[in-house]
Amino acid sequence: MNLRETIRVAVRALGRNKTRAFLTALGVIIGVASVISMVAIGEGAKAQVEQAFASMGSNLLVVRSGSSSSGGHRGGAGSLPTLKWDDLRAIADPSQVPAAKHVAVELRASGTIQSEDANWQTTIYGTSPEYFVIKDWDPVSGTLFGRSDVDGGRKVVVLGQTVAKELFGLSDPVGSIVRIKGVPFEVGAVLEAKGQSAMGNDVDDAAIIPSSTFQARIQAGLAPYVNGTIYVGAGSPEGVSRAEKQIDALLRDRHRIGQGEEADFTIRNLTEMAAASQQGTATLTSLLAAIAAVSLLVGGIGIMNIMLVSVTERTREIGLRMAVGARPRDVLLQFLVEAIVLSFGGGAVGVMLGVFGAWRLSASFGWPMLIQPRVVLMSVGTSALVGVVFGLYPAWKASRLDPITALRTE
Amino acid sequence: MSAPPPGPALIAVRGLVRVYRSGDVDLRALDGVDLEIHEGEFVAIMGTSGSGKSTLLTLLGGLDRATSGTYHLAGEDVTTLSKNRLAAVRNKLIGFVFQSFHLLARTSAVENVELPLIYAGVRAAERRKRALAALEQVGLSGRAHHTPAQLSGGQQQRVAIARALVNGPRLLLADEPTGNLDSRTSLEVMALLQGLHRAGHTVVLVTHEHDIAAHASRVIVMKDGKIVKDEVQEPVQAVVPP
Ligand SMILES: Nc1ncnc2c1ncn2[C@@H]1O[C@H](COP(=O)(O)OP(=O)(O)O)[C@@H](O)[C@H]1O
Ligand SMILES: [Mg+2]
Repeated sequence: MNLRETIRVAVRALGRNKTRAFLTALGVIIGVASVISMVAIGEGAKAQVEQAFASMGSNLLVVRSGSSSSGGHRGGAGSLPTLKWDDLRAIADPSQVPAAKHVAVELRASGTIQSEDANWQTTIYGTSPEYFVIKDWDPVSGTLFGRSDVDGGRKVVVLGQTVAKELFGLSDPVGSIVRIKGVPFEVGAVLEAKGQSAMGNDVDDAAIIPSSTFQARIQAGLAPYVNGTIYVGAGSPEGVSRAEKQIDALLRDRHRIGQGEEADFTIRNLTEMAAASQQGTATLTSLLAAIAAVSLLVGGIGIMNIMLVSVTERTREIGLRMAVGARPRDVLLQFLVEAIVLSFGGGAVGVMLGVFGAWRLSASFGWPMLIQPRVVLMSVGTSALVGVVFGLYPAWKASRLDPITALRTE
Repeated sequence: MSAPPPGPALIAVRGLVRVYRSGDVDLRALDGVDLEIHEGEFVAIMGTSGSGKSTLLTLLGGLDRATSGTYHLAGEDVTTLSKNRLAAVRNKLIGFVFQSFHLLARTSAVENVELPLIYAGVRAAERRKRALAALEQVGLSGRAHHTPAQLSGGQQQRVAIARALVNGPRLLLADEPTGNLDSRTSLEVMALLQGLHRAGHTVVLVTHEHDIAAHASRVIVMKDGKIVKDEVQEPVQAVVPP
């Protein structure tokens, strides 16, 4: 008996009891569907995190006052800044830190911003034009402020999408006057939308002004010290680690801190942080996949159970087939193929269900739908394997039957 | 018919013993049977219930193995064959008809008849052709696509006979083929078997009814697992009353 014939016989045998075949396959259907949708969720989460890190800018270093161990860089009220404006200038000097392509300071304060007929509580940032390059943040209208605006301490502001919408609705705010902490600023530009940060904050909820203006009008610093964060863009992943070493050496030298001693500043490599976070989501993915795989296993046990019942029920049929010439291997193959058809068929339906489920879930989370062909192939392959593994024992039992004993079974 | 035809025996059984072991009691269902059956014979095996008729036929059909003794079928020693070779013997040399028909439920007559051909590796189109021809031989061409549930007992047994015939076996074995049928249908089945015998088939039939055995040309009587009588007789023609 050839394989095609065997498959035909198996499909016919299953067709005689469709409800049971469906219920048996249901275990595998659910198993495969959950593997596919769980992995898609995991991958979606990973992509979400990647996107969030990408929104912060790539190949980025963040330099802050305070040591990493003391947590001083969090900038609590009690902690004093240790980085000076001279340090910033040294980092920005290409002869001292050649790996740093762009350097920008970021000063922050929260405050109210007002238009003619609305006001909004937001975060006000003081920085320099390089900031927009480092963050890869372009205007959708107007022009960003330049070096001369910083040097001249001009009162211009660049608005994030959220602030622009809250204050001006759908109309273009460029050229309008807004008040920040009561001081009038001219809106120079509106930035493109960036969405959420890795921490879940709204990046677009921002009003960005020149750092000089920030110090003069919004929040005076402690003269020589930088009361904020320094961003360094390095252009490439290798550049980031070189810049990190160069800045560390430079600042230790300037602050007279020996190698191995605890520094009074912190350099954070965002590329590394993104990698660590991706590691976390990868773990999540494998955890979800493992749970789903267990349900596939349970589906396999269901198949074995039904196949055993089926062999018992069809003992007389097996006896008759043997009486007319079926060899033990013909019987073995017949039941094995039945189990495989069940599990493989279940797998195929499971794929459809899983893809649909992943699509619905990703739609409700607002994530990109990520279904890897690899995962689909693997789960279908696994379901077929489940059929082999769990179908083998019942099929073997059937093939071992003695023809006359089987025929006489009631 | 008179003396058995000359030449080598189709069936040659020597000292066949079959012991059933249940618990620690041994039951000698066959207790040293010697038997020769030649090509073209129509043999009826008789005897009271429990005398070992079915046990003997099962062994002749290669469905079971003897405890001791030898069995040569068409010159081949069947007692020592592997499971796979024995399956091939059942498939090609033997057609078996059971008292309870043993047709696959929810499967059409023609598909039931095709079953031995599937295991003989015959291709689908050829299979269908031969199965339909076998159904015609038993007078059921019009019922090829009926399932067993849609057929009468006599028709079901004729489907089973077609199945036994389809692969052109050398030997047709029937264990009480009329046991589940009324007397008129029994007569139909016997007429069919006689026709097959006339066409050259070797038929061995188990029955406990004298009326049925009367249609055979040789009668063997068993008692307690032994052959106690073996006679050639003039067969009564099975004529189905109109
Ligand atoms: N599978 C079996 N296990 C145990 N004893 C059996 C089995 N089959 C038959 N027997 C016994 O063997 C004897 C002969 O049985 P059988 O060949 O079926 O007789 P018959 O067909 O002549 O009525 C009986 O006593 C029966 O009970
Ligand atoms: Mg019997």
